[in-house]
Amino acid sequence: MAQLIKNGAVAVDSWKTLEINEADTAESIALPAGDIIFPLAVWQARKAEIIAARQRIGLLLQPEDRVEDIADDLASVAVIAINFPKFVDGRGYSTAALLRQRYGYAGELRAVGNVLHDQLFFMKRVGFDSYAFTDGKNAAYALEAGFRPFSDAYQAATDESQPHFRRRA
Amino acid sequence: MYKYDAIDRQLVNERVEQFRDQVRRWKSGKLSNDEFRPLRLQNGLYVQRHAPMFRIAVPYGMLNSTQLRKLAFLARTYDRGYGHFTTRHNLQLNWPKIEDVPDMLAHLAEVEMHAIQTSGNCIRNVTTDQFAGVAADEIIDPRPLAEILRQWSTFHPEFAFLPRKFKIAISGTREDRAVTWFHDIGLHLKEVDGQVGFTVIVGGGLGRTPIRGQIVREFLPWQDILTYSEAILRVYNRFGRRDNAYKARIKILVQALGVEEFAKQVEAEWVHLKDGPATLTQAEYDRVAAHFAAPAYEPVGDVALPDEKAFRKWVDRNTHPHKVAGYAAVTLSLKPHGIAPGDITSEQMETVADLADRYSFGELRISHEQNIILADVKQSDLYEVWQQTKAAGLATPNIGLLTGIICCPGGDFCDLANAKSIPIATAIQQRFDDLDYLFDIGEIDLNISGCMNACGHHHVGHIGVLGVDKNDAEFYQVTLGGRQGNDAKLGKVIGPSFSAEEMPDVVDKIIKVYIESRHADERFLDTLDRIGIDPFKNRVYEGRAHGKAKVAQKEAA
Repeated sequence: MAQLIKNGAVAVDSWKTLEINEADTAESIALPAGDIIFPLAVWQARKAEIIAARQRIGLLLQPEDRVEDIADDLASVAVIAINFPKFVDGRGYSTAALLRQRYGYAGELRAVGNVLHDQLFFMKRVGFDSYAFTDGKNAAYALEAGFRPFSDAYQAATDESQPHFRRRA
Repeated sequence: MYKYDAIDRQLVNERVEQFRDQVRRWKSGKLSNDEFRPLRLQNGLYVQRHAPMFRIAVPYGMLNSTQLRKLAFLARTYDRGYGHFTTRHNLQLNWPKIEDVPDMLAHLAEVEMHAIQTSGNCIRNVTTDQFAGVAADEIIDPRPLAEILRQWSTFHPEFAFLPRKFKIAISGTREDRAVTWFHDIGLHLKEVDGQVGFTVIVGGGLGRTPIRGQIVREFLPWQDILTYSEAILRVYNRFGRRDNAYKARIKILVQALGVEEFAKQVEAEWVHLKDGPATLTQAEYDRVAAHFAAPAYEPVGDVALPDEKAFRKWVDRNTHPHKVAGYAAVTLSLKPHGIAPGDITSEQMETVADLADRYSFGELRISHEQNIILADVKQSDLYEVWQQTKAAGLATPNIGLLTGIICCPGGDFCDLANAKSIPIATAIQQRFDDLDYLFDIGEIDLNISGCMNACGHHHVGHIGVLGVDKNDAEFYQVTLGGRQGNDAKLGKVIGPSFSAEEMPDVVDKIIKVYIESRHADERFLDTLDRIGIDPFKNRVYEGRAHGKAKVAQKEAA
């Protein structure tokens, strides 16, 4: 189990991610009760059913999933988890930036997968606000040092709408 | 040149502490080798054959004398007393200890230098023309925009883990000297109807799959360069291939989509970013450009130079026209015969720093041809500069000539190399050690890479040499007709590869064909373009055993 970092602390995670096993298909898989993060294929196949049955909905995006495909669904969603199967696969940063900056997604944006100390600063900058921090790694130290290795930045991003050159006195 | 202000200094200092912490965690086992690898690469640190290699950025090639003295100190204190200038405005040290690198970074930060993003799958050091700001053929000084791009690319949160490395080059002159046709993004500054902007070229690159870049936009106003670059990078970050490192550069994506479709996707992305907060302001341009104001030139006018033959040879090869009358840009050759091209000792660095202070406003530049330039020397000082650089072993008059070879570190140092490159360069330099003959041969670019990653830019050498590995033996493939500049193109392979011992003879035969065939005033490339590669090929392979005959010859020996 990953350690959920949220709002500057290690938090209890109420969400479970629906795993599709080999025997299951997106159309046939049983939808458990509770706060569930659905893979995109399940969401796309069963959207009406999911919306009708629950208050809070989570979505899981893989690196290759296109934000454009869920752009119209964002109002229904409370959590979007973006998976980093390997931390060196940087597609999720663009996904996050687009969700926040272009599509105005304001719900929880969670980094999941290979989420490590030295990428937290970049993740926070593009718009993540929760982190399924890899189990066995030091979450306390990540909270202390991982989010602010740099006290400022040159570029505009989700966490700072103005580039540094527009903030000069 | 650019001077750091509070934020620049702060970020570089924080980077030192961040890396110190990462090295500490790696040493104590809290970071695995795989987790540490991209972090150290983005600080210029490779783990190599003999020792780590540490690559220091010289952003767009500009250095001051204080910085060069610091590089001399680092090479002497943490390495073996010399460094190697690369083809992309970097200095490489080949023998540092990993544990020392945080301290080395701290020393660099003291003089406003760093090793940020000199390796790894991120936006690399922005490069330009070594004569920026002084070239007689310059339209617009590219350095302010290069510095603005440096800042924008530094720790860009969205683009730290791209499919592959990403290189940007800017040229502001009529004659492109920044190899812009062979970069991930190549920018040509120009002025159209009184408006300054860029031609934007995307998807060029040398390496394993050499491809000339293609124009995605004929004119982009300078204010839009950051938003447009973000659009290009975002398309690449999302859709570039990640399944195969050899097919992950943006050039492969541009080829797969076709340049029209790629440009369409970039434009569609840019619509959302255009005129947004990342649009550059005149105030920011002016702030940065003020750092590159011309130094206090004296109104001296052109002067008559002494007639001494050796001096005139050096003036002919190693000085470049300056836009200010009475001045010249001087190239110090890091290609003395018999020394690894691009190598320089700590003592030489200190001598060059002193020369820069005395004769060139305390500044110098590094060229992608791996030489050092004193950009603002009074013509009346040239004779003294020549004498002093000669004493330091930096005045070989071979700039643009056969022995002014561009060469990567090759198999002697680099883990990626298939073959050694430096011994080939030195063997050719020894064969052509006669200066009169070198001058008679005239302008010719000979570029050598030890593997298909092409750090020695062999594809764009008039003569290109590529080290290849065949059954664990080192061989060399020869190309002819490559070139940089406005008409940049790739050389053509002439045929089967050669052993290291054959290489000086091969080059000799190629040169002889040229000498015999040239018309008056024809340079090597002109003759080659006129007569084609066949006469060269025939001479080189004449009487050379092939296939079965070669095997039989070997067995007989």
